[in-house]
Amino acid sequence: MTFSPELEAKLEKLMNSYPPGRKKSALIPMLMFTQDEVGSITPELVEEVARRIGIPTVQVDEVVTYYSMLHRKPMGKHHVQVCTNISCLLWDGDELYEHACKKLGIGHKEVTADGEFSLEEVECMGACSWAPAIQVNYDFHHHVTKEKLDEIIDSLKKLR
Amino acid sequence: MLFNAPSPLEVKILTRRLGLPNSASIETNLANGGYKSFEKSLEMTQDQIIQEVKDSNLRGRGGAGFPTGMKWGFLPRQSPKPKYIVVNADESEPGTCKDRVLIENDPHLLIEGCLIAAQAVGAKAGYIYVRGEYRYLIDILDKAIGEAYSRGYLGKNILGRGVDFDLYTHTGAGAYECGEESALLESLEGKRGQPRIRPPFPAVAGLYQCPTVLNNVETYCAVPSIIEMGGKAWAGLGIPKAGGTKLTCLTGHVNKTGVYELPLGFPVEKMINEVGGGIRGGKKMKAFIPGGSSCPVLTGEEAWPLTMDYDSMAKAGTMLGSGGVIIMDETTDMVKAALRIMHFYAHESCGWCIPCREGTAWLKKLLTRLNQGVGTAKDVDLVGDLADNMLGKTFCPLGDAAALPTASIVRKFRHEFEAKLARTLIAVPDMANKPFVIV
Repeated sequence: MTFSPELEAKLEKLMNSYPPGRKKSALIPMLMFTQDEVGSITPELVEEVARRIGIPTVQVDEVVTYYSMLHRKPMGKHHVQVCTNISCLLWDGDELYEHACKKLGIGHKEVTADGEFSLEEVECMGACSWAPAIQVNYDFHHHVTKEKLDEIIDSLKKLR
Repeated sequence: MLFNAPSPLEVKILTRRLGLPNSASIETNLANGGYKSFEKSLEMTQDQIIQEVKDSNLRGRGGAGFPTGMKWGFLPRQSPKPKYIVVNADESEPGTCKDRVLIENDPHLLIEGCLIAAQAVGAKAGYIYVRGEYRYLIDILDKAIGEAYSRGYLGKNILGRGVDFDLYTHTGAGAYECGEESALLESLEGKRGQPRIRPPFPAVAGLYQCPTVLNNVETYCAVPSIIEMGGKAWAGLGIPKAGGTKLTCLTGHVNKTGVYELPLGFPVEKMINEVGGGIRGGKKMKAFIPGGSSCPVLTGEEAWPLTMDYDSMAKAGTMLGSGGVIIMDETTDMVKAALRIMHFYAHESCGWCIPCREGTAWLKKLLTRLNQGVGTAKDVDLVGDLADNMLGKTFCPLGDAAALPTASIVRKFRHEFEAKLARTLIAVPDMANKPFVIV
């Protein structure tokens, strides 16, 4: 597999970040960075990452199954993550999540038919003092109301 | 960017540069005293640096509260293996969002803290393990690290003083368990984030089985001011046995939620009413968690007279933890809260130890049943029994983290569980694998 020149440069820097003989340390960052470009952890990507690091594919697979941000299935272009953990729950994060389900017409870890949006009910993402919070891909949104959520999604729809 | 307005009651030591224009840049940092403490540490011996940290009474800010100076002192002085500095920026304890504020606004403070720690123990390389969700912080850190290299604060022969230190960022990929030190090291080595059996502790056999200093972001960020002020003066900011200031995240039903730097020993009442602007809607406080959802829950009456420090919280049967304060007013449904907390731990249990893997799953099932109003009185007892049976029986503290809040909620708010008991017994669908939607 080949990646964009920017990603290749990033991966090269990554591989040089660890001491000699410790290349396996690059595994999780490499999966995260390549997933961002490829869209999901495909079987080809698992093989490519294993080849670059020099480990058996099973060692890649056992990591992929462990970490919640690594997906085998492609998520939507805009992955909407709503936190319902305790601090967000106290500011009605659960109602916000249900509102997001209705607004997008999908449930937990589902993708809209056009592939534009996916939804995930996530655990605490470190925005507790500015609850309820959501993340769209890597972007945080704080103090999110139902109206604000609608605005965020509608503005992303216009980007198409 | 600042997330919330500062409070006049704050004692701004770690956060003093926050709010300055371009506070994340090395120019702002250097113009406001940045890297001065590192330069001072270059004139000190390893013992002197560690002694200052010991004198400061600094205790680990990630939640466990272990004395930092003592931890650094455990590293072997002479080691044939390289030594490492590892930063735990896997902030994921529910209720905690302080490390993010520090890194976003003053990444050079963290770099300087790492440099001083490296000086203290003789480490040549360090890794900042940042949780996957905080990708934008990695960009901020990488930029700051690049600036530090170009100004000669990182790399070979730092400031012409013959000292070498390289610092790298490393992303996680979504796992609460990786905030536990030994699981973090496994993850940093490219493996599943499952804890290691200890001893040996990281100070002796950490990253790549080499001596490693592993601390929380806030702990490293405290070090430059300790070196600058002197350990004893820094300790004087807090109370005896608990030195300095602590970043406190006010979350939940309080008017001015936010992250505030308060001296240790700060009264809870003043923190909620003056810093936090009181309970939302003028209501009564029903429950209080001092430092992240893994701490035992206190009732409002228990919490009001306390102070925010390790000993005061331990005496009250809970922990200061990570500083993630969770405040629940009288309208909070404690059964629902207990279920949500357990849902999290069941999701995050790494599955290695049976008491945690099975215990969290069963507790979640029982609490789901109770929350749906179809539980029985026996279920309430069983929740308490299961939680007690998990305590102290797992390799890492996640099992305790799940059991402690649950056991305390059942004990202190049993009447709420009883009010939800089933009037008639009916079969309950298995909810264990469904996403958490409260009905």
